[in-house]
Amino acid sequence: MNILSLSRSDLITLICFIIAVLSGPVILEPFGAGYPDLLQKFAIFGIFAIGFNILFGLTGYLSFGHAAFLGVGSYTAVWTFKLLSMNPIPAIIFATLVGGAFSVIIGYISLRRSGIYFSILTLAFAQMSYNLAYSVLTPITNGETGLQLAQSDPRALDVAFGRDYGAVLPPSDLFGIEMTGYPGFYFCATLLIICFFISMRIFRSPFGMMLRAVKSNQNRMNYTGLNTRPYALAAFVISGMFAGLAGGLLAVTDPLAGAERMQWTASGEVVLMTILGGSGTLLGPVIGAGAIKYFENIFSAFNETILLNAYSFLPESLQHMMASVSSLFVGEGWHLTLGALFMLIVIFLPGGLMEGFRRIKGMIGRIGGGGDVSSKSETAPAE
Amino acid sequence: MGILTVNNVNKRFGGLKALDDVNLDIHEGTVHAIIGPNGAGKSTLLNCFVGKLEPDTGSVVFDGTSLLGIPPHKINQLGVSRVFQTPEIFGDLTLLENVMIPAFAKRDGSFKVNGWSAVANQSEVRDQAMVMLEDVNLASKSKETAGHLSRGDKRRLELAMCLVQKPKLLLLDEPTAGMARADTNNTIDLMKTIASKGVTMVVIEHDMHVVFSLADRISVLAQGHVIAEDIPDKIKGDPRVQEAYLGGAHL
Amino acid sequence: MDAILLQILNGLDKGGAYALIALGLTIIFGTLGVVNFAHGALFMLGAFCAVSVKAIFGLNKITLDPTQLTAWGTPLEIRQPYVEIWFGDFGRLMMEYSVPVSILVAIPVMLLVGIIMERGLIRYFYKRPHAEQILVTFGLAIVLQEIVKSIFGANPIPQPAPDTMSGMLDFGAVIGMDAGNVVYPAWRLFYFIFSLSVIGMVFAFLRFTTFGMVVRAGMADRETVGLLGIDIDKKFTIVFGIAAVVAGLAGVMYTPILSPDYHMGMDFLVLSFVVVVVGGMGSLPGAVAAGFLLGILQSFASMNEVKNILPGIDQIIIYLIAVVILLVRPRGLMGRKGVMEN
Repeated sequence: MNILSLSRSDLITLICFIIAVLSGPVILEPFGAGYPDLLQKFAIFGIFAIGFNILFGLTGYLSFGHAAFLGVGSYTAVWTFKLLSMNPIPAIIFATLVGGAFSVIIGYISLRRSGIYFSILTLAFAQMSYNLAYSVLTPITNGETGLQLAQSDPRALDVAFGRDYGAVLPPSDLFGIEMTGYPGFYFCATLLIICFFISMRIFRSPFGMMLRAVKSNQNRMNYTGLNTRPYALAAFVISGMFAGLAGGLLAVTDPLAGAERMQWTASGEVVLMTILGGSGTLLGPVIGAGAIKYFENIFSAFNETILLNAYSFLPESLQHMMASVSSLFVGEGWHLTLGALFMLIVIFLPGGLMEGFRRIKGMIGRIGGGGDVSSKSETAPAE
Repeated sequence: MGILTVNNVNKRFGGLKALDDVNLDIHEGTVHAIIGPNGAGKSTLLNCFVGKLEPDTGSVVFDGTSLLGIPPHKINQLGVSRVFQTPEIFGDLTLLENVMIPAFAKRDGSFKVNGWSAVANQSEVRDQAMVMLEDVNLASKSKETAGHLSRGDKRRLELAMCLVQKPKLLLLDEPTAGMARADTNNTIDLMKTIASKGVTMVVIEHDMHVVFSLADRISVLAQGHVIAEDIPDKIKGDPRVQEAYLGGAHL
Repeated sequence: MDAILLQILNGLDKGGAYALIALGLTIIFGTLGVVNFAHGALFMLGAFCAVSVKAIFGLNKITLDPTQLTAWGTPLEIRQPYVEIWFGDFGRLMMEYSVPVSILVAIPVMLLVGIIMERGLIRYFYKRPHAEQILVTFGLAIVLQEIVKSIFGANPIPQPAPDTMSGMLDFGAVIGMDAGNVVYPAWRLFYFIFSLSVIGMVFAFLRFTTFGMVVRAGMADRETVGLLGIDIDKKFTIVFGIAAVVAGLAGVMYTPILSPDYHMGMDFLVLSFVVVVVGGMGSLPGAVAAGFLLGILQSFASMNEVKNILPGIDQIIIYLIAVVILLVRPRGLMGRKGVMEN
């Protein structure tokens, strides 16, 4: 036992995770993803997916409305900037708390039902928030334009501490360090690591075991003296807080909030991240979030010229044909790829990439090590 | 006064009278069997003990507390555990986890966000669960996923899950239903061991072999009514029971 | 009174669309046990059948007339639609009635789409968890709408109603009230009548044909019907096809009311699912009743008098009702016991 009270293998996972995240700019450089804007997105959506996984991966409750908490987090953070301070710390604290508060209300009602009813209730709430953000709540959300900073913002704390940004619209800054570029990434990365650690602790705790029991058999839980609803609600609120935090970080790295972040396609995206990586696994959601954001970035940047170059080894007629076929899937057509990916994963690999890795590992083991594999794969815990 | 007292319980489903003025008194430390033909109301009665159904009239008192209008998890917390006709276990979890969960429920109550400590450090609960698994001969499979077990093994796992809570009252709904003979005998032996430790049990069963080898007392239910209650030997010879239950066939 | 009547009328066309989509969702869910998140996409595909038909009718034969010159001195191009050349006046009529004519195209197309979808994808998901069904059909919906987007572009494409039906109808005068108070677009009323007749046909089909009987039996108890030795698989395929046709027809006829764009399906899907839940999962009359009810309530909520009291209510009324219904009557207005409760 050690100070973090993690098992040996978990400790190794955590250390590898920390190293991988912190050296992200270097590791991802060769893949063309080593620039801060994208790295920030990896970290932020990693947090979002980790939180979603605590709900969906452990309890099995499929929420189709988590983007609402992301949006609420963004709005809260921008308002904190406007009213209090450009320091990101109060912003993310409030974003997390308000995200949590919203999820208490929505979760309390939605969890009265389970299964598909639950999914539709969460969807209904998210759509409600989205519609309201665009209409009546315009004084708070600034409608379609999105909520932005203004020079006339009071920024009470900044004023109290004598910080004056002059006539420019300031970016968020942590005691003088601007939250753009690499500092912004490292700020998000630190929080990602903290969130990953929290999720690891939850996975290995009795509470995490109870959440998996919720997914497995609620009837048995009730007759075992356990009240399932507060467990599911706790998971819902934790994931809502993670989503609020992620939304807050989106605003920290780019102080602006719009309602489109709350749309249900955005909720669908976090579901995809989680299942792509492997729901119910520790690392899966982070990998899934990274993969989706990476491909989104790469694919949507493709255009006709790049494609023609890519197929330049082909005869000319074929080159153009291939380019026009592929162009369906890239650039504007990125969503088509996303949808197709969604289907392929659910059809062929419902366990996600982590399941794929495990299968490959199993295959290698079978070729190399002989007979001992079956018992190993059966006892493998969810990780 | 017994540990579980049922007074004048009535339950109707539409026009059907499922329970007709049922009275029962179950004494601590005994094995009490409830038998009766299909549709006699046995399961309905059991469901009234665990909060799944609420009788129209009458009272169900366990250890001085009325069980009416209380949800299942609270009834369990009072000390009533239940074994289902088809074993209800956590199929996706390991056997050890299956038994640790009820142990946590017993220790921590019906809800506790114990999210910061590691299961691996809960050696006390873990040991308890392992001992229980050894008692039911499943210790060697403690790391397997419970969903893959045979039916007999699932039943024994479910019993372990109930027993780890040290229940004051154990309810068993046809514990040997759908089992092969060998499994049935194993289960009877296991239940005898449990009974010998002084656990109060209510068993619903229509396998006579099981009932007469286990029960201290037997209540016979027919058409929602208790037509006889006595020790097994007396029940065997009771003409009313033979009439109602077996249509006069000889036991 | 007039205002109330007008709002009820206003809600009917939208309600009709909800009801038709919800009907298909319910049939698919009831018989196949599948939660189909791609059903809105079928509605959208139907709408784009109408767009395609109009585009095809609009194909022009271009001839150069050397006798007439344009301002630039080039021969004047004369564009004449092929249908007009081939069929003369009848062709012109077809062009004007392109939306209703599209129905004839949409029925076989949507049937085919439905059958391909069921055979190619859905049937592999009968036994999979609902979450996976939701996710895979959600993915399919995205794929379908993105394909449509890449063909037809992202902007709405207006589809005019036929001239004879594009005017206003003084509904008040028709039912003997003062003229001019309840004036209503004729096409929308037509849509309502159309949706009622499709609903009627579906119900008649389920009630009076042996095929329909099997479907209803399947909705009541899937396992038993399977045990009867009826080849339920083939029936399921057809059921899915029919549901696709119903959604497609709803989409075709809705185009003059709402110019179709690629994401209209998603918008309607979310609302139709809410309709299904409010009506009661697995209840066909429930789906229809809830469709119209929510359509009408939505139109009442968008009255200025109501919005002044409760700002924003028009945006959320449907969701709000769904939340209340699910909490008060978990099974929905007419839901059956035991549907989707595990």
